[in-house]
Amino acid sequence: MRGNGAPLVEMKDMNVSFGGVHAVEDVSIDLFQGEVLGLVGGNGAGKSTLIKTLSGAQEPDSGEIYLNGELIRIENPRDAKRHGIETIYQTLALAENIDAPGNMFLGRELTTPLGNLDDSAMEDAARRILARLNPKFENFKTPVASLSGGQRQSVAIARAVHFNAKILIMDEPTAALGPAETEQVRQLIRQLKKEAIGIILISHDIHDVFDLADRISVMLQGRLVGTVNKDDVTTDEVLGMIIMGKLPHELTTSELADLHG
Amino acid sequence: MSVTEAPTTEQEQTPGRPARRSLNDLVRLTEIDTRMLGMLALLVIIWVGFNLLSGGTFLTPRNMWNLTVQTSVVAIMATGMVLVIVSRNIDLSVGSMLGFVGMFVALLQREWLPQLIGFDQWYTWIIALVAGLLLGAVLGSLQGAVVAYAAVPSFIVTLGGLLVWRGLAWVMASGRTIAPMDSSFQLLGGGARGTVGGTVSWIIGVVGCVAIVLLLAFRRRTRLKFAFRVRPMWAEVALMLASCAAVLFAVWFLNRNFMPEGLAMAYAERNGLDWPEGGLSIPFGLANPVLIAIGTALVMSFITTRRRFGRYVFSIGGNPEAAALAGIKTKRTIVFTFMLMGMLVGLAAVVQVARLNSATSGLGTLHELYVIAAAVIGGTSLAGGIGSIFGAVLGALVMQSLQSGMVFVGIETALQDVVIGVVLVAAVAVDVLYRRRADR
Repeated sequence: MRGNGAPLVEMKDMNVSFGGVHAVEDVSIDLFQGEVLGLVGGNGAGKSTLIKTLSGAQEPDSGEIYLNGELIRIENPRDAKRHGIETIYQTLALAENIDAPGNMFLGRELTTPLGNLDDSAMEDAARRILARLNPKFENFKTPVASLSGGQRQSVAIARAVHFNAKILIMDEPTAALGPAETEQVRQLIRQLKKEAIGIILISHDIHDVFDLADRISVMLQGRLVGTVNKDDVTTDEVLGMIIMGKLPHELTTSELADLHG
Repeated sequence: MSVTEAPTTEQEQTPGRPARRSLNDLVRLTEIDTRMLGMLALLVIIWVGFNLLSGGTFLTPRNMWNLTVQTSVVAIMATGMVLVIVSRNIDLSVGSMLGFVGMFVALLQREWLPQLIGFDQWYTWIIALVAGLLLGAVLGSLQGAVVAYAAVPSFIVTLGGLLVWRGLAWVMASGRTIAPMDSSFQLLGGGARGTVGGTVSWIIGVVGCVAIVLLLAFRRRTRLKFAFRVRPMWAEVALMLASCAAVLFAVWFLNRNFMPEGLAMAYAERNGLDWPEGGLSIPFGLANPVLIAIGTALVMSFITTRRRFGRYVFSIGGNPEAAALAGIKTKRTIVFTFMLMGMLVGLAAVVQVARLNSATSGLGTLHELYVIAAAVIGGTSLAGGIGSIFGAVLGALVMQSLQSGMVFVGIETALQDVVIGVVLVAAVAVDVLYRRRADR
């Protein structure tokens, strides 16, 4: 997976602080084509803040972002989307009062030649893509507020994958889902991976990450503990990184045993 | 938890399930907004009620015609207030701003323009109208910019505006009353001459009717092209017929407001008509302010539902963070909302000054409350994200009907306010209950 040319995206020495508190401190991660990078860490580890600098939701204090080896600037969500970076936020970021097609195309509406909203075309596109993601999806005309958690998640995912993303950021994509829907999302991630999309997967579920990720980056208190190949580590060793901030070779046997305590 | 919930929601909303054909299902098939039906019913109840109380003098063409004219100013502004409130803001300054712009427009044509072009030029009204719109837009943008970029709550910004514009309106004319207005300008306010006549009214009615049919047919065709579900044919035809009938009936009814004898005689003489024994029944036709209000509502409705801007305003109201993450320039959108509101205040100011044929520094006092009440009675949610232009116009009509009706049956002013206040609160309470039920 690694080594064939420049990474799809490389974030170098990212720093974000909120009033003196370093939310993200000198963090560098990279992501290759067709790779799933698991980004894990406890609450407040800085995962979400870090990826927000990539999706344009948060301007970093310093740091550089390279896309295919080229330095790019991401100052707002529009910049990120222009570079093919799509994000599924943990909060889903849906306008509750607007229907599914409206949310999917929010900010990128399809219009008629006269510049009017082409609701039919948007509904058509939404029907096509949601038929693939969630065959049971039916409510295209009701505000998303009236949809179930799984359906809302489907809308958020549909929005991200519809616009031919090159890089997909998924922040806890299965947090609100039941087992069947979670499996659907996993299938989707595997499929997108085959389509050579790079995926950053943030999850608190270590099993999710082990199942799907190729490499795992671990953050603790705003700093990067390290990035490891999934095949080289055990879940316990990753837990050790998450909790104690120690790389696998730094862990003692007794510390490993404590993790199970 | 969400696993068990999901299938239930689905079942409830899956169309085509075998069901009893209740009235509810029938209404759902026609895709008519039941809230709007409820509002129309409320309006009819108010009208019939006052008609009974006043011994049959309320529901007359003359009174209804007057009612439409009186509603115009508030209706024009209410269409803009919908967007402001939908975006989770409020504009408390519209009454004062109406006073300020109205005074400006009055001074412009009475004192400033005549020095340059003399009195009563045919184009004076155009200059005054454009100046009113522009001034309104500038004042609105100013408030919007402070709200969006300085992040001062709109309640405070426009509360300040309420004081500032009112004060400036007084200062500008040193408290004088400016009157009368330019003769062509007056026509914008209606009055005996400011109407389009019976024939043109009929033409407008027929054109409106045809437009409704074409619009519905076009929407049906588009949806069929994409193989989406459409209304059953009978519902479609029924809707077309009902809307057409309503439009034509309104025109017919309002066209029965005939000119009094003196005006009719003058009209007959001007147009070379013979004056028969029993006199002539010459309809006034729709009044200019009413047409301005209808035009405004149509344009605003179009902007709200068919343009990106409208969609963005609603998304900001639904979830400001999501709107920003979707790449929407939320601040600019907010400024534009207030600018539009200001322009509509400018338009309303022109109509009001033309109608009253004068401007005082108290012009538009308390109008902010009528406008907000109209929008809210019309279903606009103060929490943001929900509202419709059509609803706001209906709300304005409800408010005005109540006010005129109470004057008609001789309820004293103090009690009128009591009733309006109670109705406002009751309307919102009913609306909240309705939404809670609809949400389940």
